[in-house]
This record gives sequence, structure tokens and C-alpha cells, in this order.
Amino acid sequence: MTDIPARAAPSSVSGGSALLTLMKLRTFIALIAVLVFFSLAAPNFLSAANLILMAKHVALNAFLAMGMTFVIITGGIDLSVGSIVGLCGMVAGYLVLNGIDLQIGYTIYFNVFEIILITLVVGIAIGAVNGLLITRLNVAPFIATLGVLYVARGFALLSSDGRTFPNLVGKAELGTTGFGFLGAGRLFGLPVSIWILVVVALGAAYLAKYTPLGRHIFAVGGNERAARISGVRVNMVKMFVYMFSGFCAAIVGLIISSELMASHPATGESFELNAIAAAVLGGTSMSGGRGTIGGTIVGAFVIGILSDGLVMMGVSSFWQMVIKGLVIIVAVVVDQAQRRLQQRVSLMQMAKAG
Amino acid sequence: MSAGHDVILKLEDVSKVYAGTVAVKQANFEVRKGAVNVLVGENGAGKSTLMKIIAGVEKPTAGRILLEGEEVSFSSSGDAVNRGIGMVFQELNLFGNMTVAENIFATREITNRFRKIDRKAQEMRAGAFLDRLEAGIRPDMLVEDLRIGQQQLVEIAKAVSLDAKILIMDEPTSALSAAEVEILFKVIADLKARGVAIVYISHRLEELIRIGDYITVLRDGRITGQEEMANVDTQWIVRQMIGSDAKDFAKADGHQPGAEIFRAQEICLPRVTGGLAVDHVSLSLRAGEILGIYGLMGAGRSELFDCIMGRHGHASGRIFIAGKQVKERDTTRRIQRGLALIPEDRQREGLVPILSVASNLTLASLSRFVRLFHISGGAERGAVAQMVRELAIKVADPAQEVSSLSGGNQQKVVIGKALLTGPKVLLMDEPSRGIDVGAKADVFRTMRKLSRDGLGILFATSDLDEVMALSDRIAVMSNGRLTGMFDRAEATEAAIVAASALGHGPSPLAPAHLASAHGEQR
Repeated sequence: MTDIPARAAPSSVSGGSALLTLMKLRTFIALIAVLVFFSLAAPNFLSAANLILMAKHVALNAFLAMGMTFVIITGGIDLSVGSIVGLCGMVAGYLVLNGIDLQIGYTIYFNVFEIILITLVVGIAIGAVNGLLITRLNVAPFIATLGVLYVARGFALLSSDGRTFPNLVGKAELGTTGFGFLGAGRLFGLPVSIWILVVVALGAAYLAKYTPLGRHIFAVGGNERAARISGVRVNMVKMFVYMFSGFCAAIVGLIISSELMASHPATGESFELNAIAAAVLGGTSMSGGRGTIGGTIVGAFVIGILSDGLVMMGVSSFWQMVIKGLVIIVAVVVDQAQRRLQQRVSLMQMAKAG
Repeated sequence: MSAGHDVILKLEDVSKVYAGTVAVKQANFEVRKGAVNVLVGENGAGKSTLMKIIAGVEKPTAGRILLEGEEVSFSSSGDAVNRGIGMVFQELNLFGNMTVAENIFATREITNRFRKIDRKAQEMRAGAFLDRLEAGIRPDMLVEDLRIGQQQLVEIAKAVSLDAKILIMDEPTSALSAAEVEILFKVIADLKARGVAIVYISHRLEELIRIGDYITVLRDGRITGQEEMANVDTQWIVRQMIGSDAKDFAKADGHQPGAEIFRAQEICLPRVTGGLAVDHVSLSLRAGEILGIYGLMGAGRSELFDCIMGRHGHASGRIFIAGKQVKERDTTRRIQRGLALIPEDRQREGLVPILSVASNLTLASLSRFVRLFHISGGAERGAVAQMVRELAIKVADPAQEVSSLSGGNQQKVVIGKALLTGPKVLLMDEPSRGIDVGAKADVFRTMRKLSRDGLGILFATSDLDEVMALSDRIAVMSNGRLTGMFDRAEATEAAIVAASALGHGPSPLAPAHLASAHGEQR
């Protein structure tokens, strides 16, 4: 068994490296593949209007997936993001329609900027609850965020008795107009939500690569004990990733209610699964320590384009689910194969170096 | 040797080679029926390897094993069990989520006609074994609810229940209280009377002398002495363990240590199983001094370091750096005050394996390279390159994953990480463990250089040669207590070994002391 790689080493090192490069770029290759396939198979697929529409769809999942990526890199999981989307949408809708009744005959109405700020704070606060449950009370991330999933969804439904807050146009005399800008507005020809995605993604990628906090996120996921001994404040790092995930979910909640000009309490159901799928497709390892923001964004685009393209081709939604599932499974299988190949190649290189 | 007992198992010229190291060299070892055959040696001398060969866990590279005069070769531990060889392992091999009875009968469950496990019969039989151990363990208790000492007793009951002809016990008393040790000795006497051959490994010399019939001493994988216990004393054992040929270590440069840089006062750490893992330890360290802490496994060296680094919230005691008390209780701020730890377990606590060499090196000192919130790539690369050069880390590209390095170079990365924090006091826990000779020499040279630069170094080891050669002063720990403090000039190996065995084994005071400690725990 040992003599075969030894003999084959010179030729298969370069062969292995080429294959390895291909495998590392697999998400990009998948992205190009779906783009090429649908531009041939679906008419109008490559039209500017369609591409922008798809990007808007993808952006929603991409926000959640970015937050999820940091959480997964630390070795955790956040199942509550879908519910945070729903609850934050309801908070924004409630504030636009009703303001806050101070119970003394006065009601405070906030302008759109303040409403956005408050909603983001609510998202971050729910993330903080996740973080506190996990760091202080030692609840497993899966269970803690599952619990928060139900609680947040419950509050979203309670906030309106399960009804939709319709027609969030606001009143000019109260200064609550303009909520639609987030979802429908455009800057330099592109939707506002795309611009927000670009800003948040660049920020997150910068954080991951060039700040101590980013380095610490990877260290915690790679080896929590070693990180702790090296002086990393593990609990603070974990608090941050769940709060960031809540922040991303709040953005999504705002954008969706702004697009629809209405808040529905069931918004965001099962969004968490799409976010996990995008992160995993983008190369984030569920066992922690590995992942990139760029990969996750590409992963989100693959999933989004796949489902939109299939819709345009008229494939039934049932088949769409089957295809999406298969793509995710194949992605992880390739990921594992890449790991093994990488180990082999680096061992060979070490052997060659002596 | 007189043959008061028949030989049941004989190893002839057995060797075991692992990649690169020879663990056992041409060992000839006899196990006698109805007697306690004691095996003793320093950590890493090859005792456990030898036992694993007998128990069928490892296969010898060369040599023959004769069981009752017939050559045998075990392909697995199950094979050895079938031939009547049972083993109590040092690390507990129990399933915490199952009951005591289920553990004792794991893989040989008692079943009824329909292949259903007969829980009642298992618990009854298990109860009989446990009664002999007088430990108050019920067979239907979950193993994870038991104290470590009680778990060790379950492990022993499991081995006894095999009805083995040869029973190997690897440090069976390491977690037992004095009273429990007494019971174990009664059980051993009982087994002896039934003709069982017992192989007994322990570091505790008094214990060995008390229950052993034959003694075999191992050093560096070689058997250096084999005697009847009646003919030997402690001095003889120590002499055989250490040998006369001292290894060659780089000598000190003779610089004088400076003022006191670190002091620990009355450090205490309660043990989960009751008692104290670190028992009122006080010590002082001067700048430029290397203080070696010698002790056997479980002596509390690592725990002391953990307390100093603030890894245990419930530890008590005070520490001072350069005369000022360190009030910070968390690791992060203690590192900022100038403490740094090189942990014993490199893989689990020292490194983040999937990060690069560079990221690992700077992990503890990132704040040094940060402007506002941005890690300055140039400054970081500069520091990494400097460390790679200073410590002679063999790495082609610092962006390489740290797990691709050899053990010695990984250890240098851990040391470099600690040094980049700019420590005043360096705690090194077994810094030479599991690394090759060349890297060891590099590590030792680095320690000397650091001490010359004025760092205070506390290093823990269970290697006698190492502690003798490297330390300016030697502290000895045993059972959580500081049992000796020697200047290098006056230290002798015999005195150090004697101090490291203090407080072990049954002593008239121990039972009452331990009993009260157990009472307090719940």
C-alpha cells in the first residue's frame, strides 16, 4: 500500500495539484455552470431585468448565510434566523403603523431611519439572547437557537394575532413615510438591497481577514481550548457571532417588509435551512474553523440561481427541491474528497522535500 | 532467582519499534503464578508498551511470547482475554452512559433464550464482584455518576470478573483513596491465593515494596534489574531506575539570577473527587532563573500551572509578578500581565491545527500588530519571520497549516506564540514531550537563552535527567503538595525521587484526612 504512492509520486503530485485547484474552485465552477446552463435553457434568463431580480432574491439568503457562516466557523449553528426575520419585520411594521403608545395619552411615532435602527437593535438583542444561552448557561447551540426559533416566531404571531400589517406607507404628518425605499428604491441603477449586501459583505470579509476578532472567530472554531489558553475571550467571540447573525436577520426582515409594504408574521419560515445550505455549499465546514464570506456569497448565488432558473424553465417545485438537495449533498461529498486529496498532496510534497 | 512460584508467561527478547523510536528493547520478562509481579520505571521507560504487548493490544516487532510453555501470538486484546489475560488500563475504558453491571459485562452480556439481555442476572453477578471491593457501588448505578476512584474500582471489578489467569494492573491506585487502596490490596491477596498471576505497575515505591513478590525495573525500554522483592530496598529500585550513566545536557552559562519576578502563595485547587489537586503550594522565582518542578503523573504540576494562568475559577491563592499582586482572574488579562503557558498537550491545548503557522504564532499577541482595528500585515509577517528564525522552526512557508509540521516544530510554534506575548514568566509543561532529539536540544537551548535574557522560567517535567540538567533550583511535587525544594548543587536524584513519592500510599494519617474531604464534596 505504501509503495504505490511512492512510485507514482512525481507525476501524481502535479496531477493531484491540478485536481485540487479544480476542487477548490468548485463553487465558482458550479456558479458558472448554472449560469451557462440556464442562459441556454431558459429564455430571457440573461436579461438585465431578470439578473437584477434574481440578485434581489439571492441577497436575502446571502445576508442570512453570512451571519450563519461566522456562527458555523465558531462551531455553532443558528436556527433562529428565520424567526428573527419574521419578528423584525413585524416590529418594523408595528412601528410604522402604530408607533409606541406611552399609555398616558401620547403615542410616539418614529421616522423611518429610527425605525430601521430600532429593528436592527431588536435583531441584535435576540442574537444576544442566543449568545447568552450558549456561553453563560451552556446550552448547546442547536437547542438554544431552536428554542429561540419558536419563541421569536410566537411573538411575531402574537404581535398581530397572526394577521398581516398591511399598507406600510406611513403618514406624512407623522413623518413615517418612505419605508419602501429599502426594498424598492434604487441607487445608480441597482436596488438598494444589493448595495446594502455589498457593504455588509465587504465589511464581513474585512472583519474575517484583517481584524483580531476575525482571527479569533477562526481560532475558537479550530480549537476552543487552545484559543482560551492563548488569551482569546471565547465567550465574547461567541456573543459577537450570534449578535451579528441576528443583525443580518433583522436586515432581511426590514427588506422583505419594505418590498411588500406589509409585514406578515410567517415571513422567513425555513430561511435558516437555506442559509445553512448556502454556507455549506460555499465551503464552510460544519465542524468549525473553516469558511469564507466570499464562498458563502457564491454558494447563495448558486442556490438562488438554481431555484429561479428552474422556475423559469417551468420545472415543478417538487423537482426543484430534489435538485437543490442533491446539489448540497454533492457539494459536501466533493468537499470531503478535496480534504482527503489535500492531505495526500501535502504528504507527498513533504515526502518529496525529504 | 529462586522459583517459589511457577512461571506462567515468559517474554523472550521482545522488542517493539514505533516509527523512529524503540519503545522496548529485547526484554526478557517472566510472570509468576500466584504472585504479584511488579514493574517499575520512569515515565516513558516502556512499561505500558510492554503490558500492551502482553494484553494483545500491541504486537511485538521481534521476540517470542510463551504462555504456559507454548508460543502464542495475540492478534487482538480479545484474543488475549480468551487465553486468560485481563488488563486494568491506566486510562479508564468505561462507558459513562451505561450502568456498572452493563460495563462489567460489556461484549459478553448474559442473555436468555431469546437473546434478550438478562439484566437481573448481570446485576446479581456484578453485585458479587462489587461486594468484594466493598466500595458501596450498586450495579445499577450509572458509571458517570461515580467518583473517579469508584470508576477505577469498576474497571478492576471488570478485570476480575474475567476470571483471568494473568491480571495486569496499570497504575490501579492512581485515583484511589487510602482506604480504597487497602481494599484493593485485600482483593489482590485473595486473587494471589487462587493462583492468579498479577502484573502490577505503579510509581509509588512504598506500595510496590509492600505488595510485590518480584520486581522488574525498566529504563529506556531495557530491563535493568529483576529481583525478588524480599532482597531489595528503595535505594536499589531508584538506582536501577535512574542508572549511573547520566545523559549529556548543555551546561548552564553561570549567569546570576536577578530579583524575584514571580511568587505564588498558598495556591489551592479542589479536586472534583474530593481533596485538593493543588494543596497550598507556595513558591518564588527570580528573573533569569529556571525552576524545574519534578513530579510523577498526577502530582499536580499541570494543575498548578492552570491555577497560575487563571484557568480554574474556583482555585484560591495569590500570585505576584515583580512584587505586585495579580488580581486579574482570567487568562486573557494574566497573559497581558506577563504570564505565558506552554501547555502539556500540544494538540489539544497548544495549537489550532487548521490555522497556518503564522496565525498560530500571533494568536496570543494580535493586539501588538493592530492599528485601530486593522491587523497590520507587515508587522505581523515581520514578527513571524523573526520567531521562525530565532527558534529555528523548519517551515517552507509560514502560511502552511501548522498540522503539517513535525512534533518538534509544532512545539516550537507553541513556544513562539508564548514568546510573542512578551512574557516575564514562562510556564512550560513538559516542553520536551513527544519531540525528537534535535528539537529537544533546540528547546533546551532556547530555555537557556531566555533565562539569560532575564525571563523567569517554571518548567514541569517527569524526566529526572531533564530536571537535573536544566534547573537552577528543583521543586518536587507529590499528591498536590510541594514536598521538596533543592538547589542544584545539593540536589541528588535519590532525594528527588524520594520526595516525589512522599504522601503516596497508605499512611496512618491519610484515611481520616481523605474521608473528611470526601464527606465535604456533596
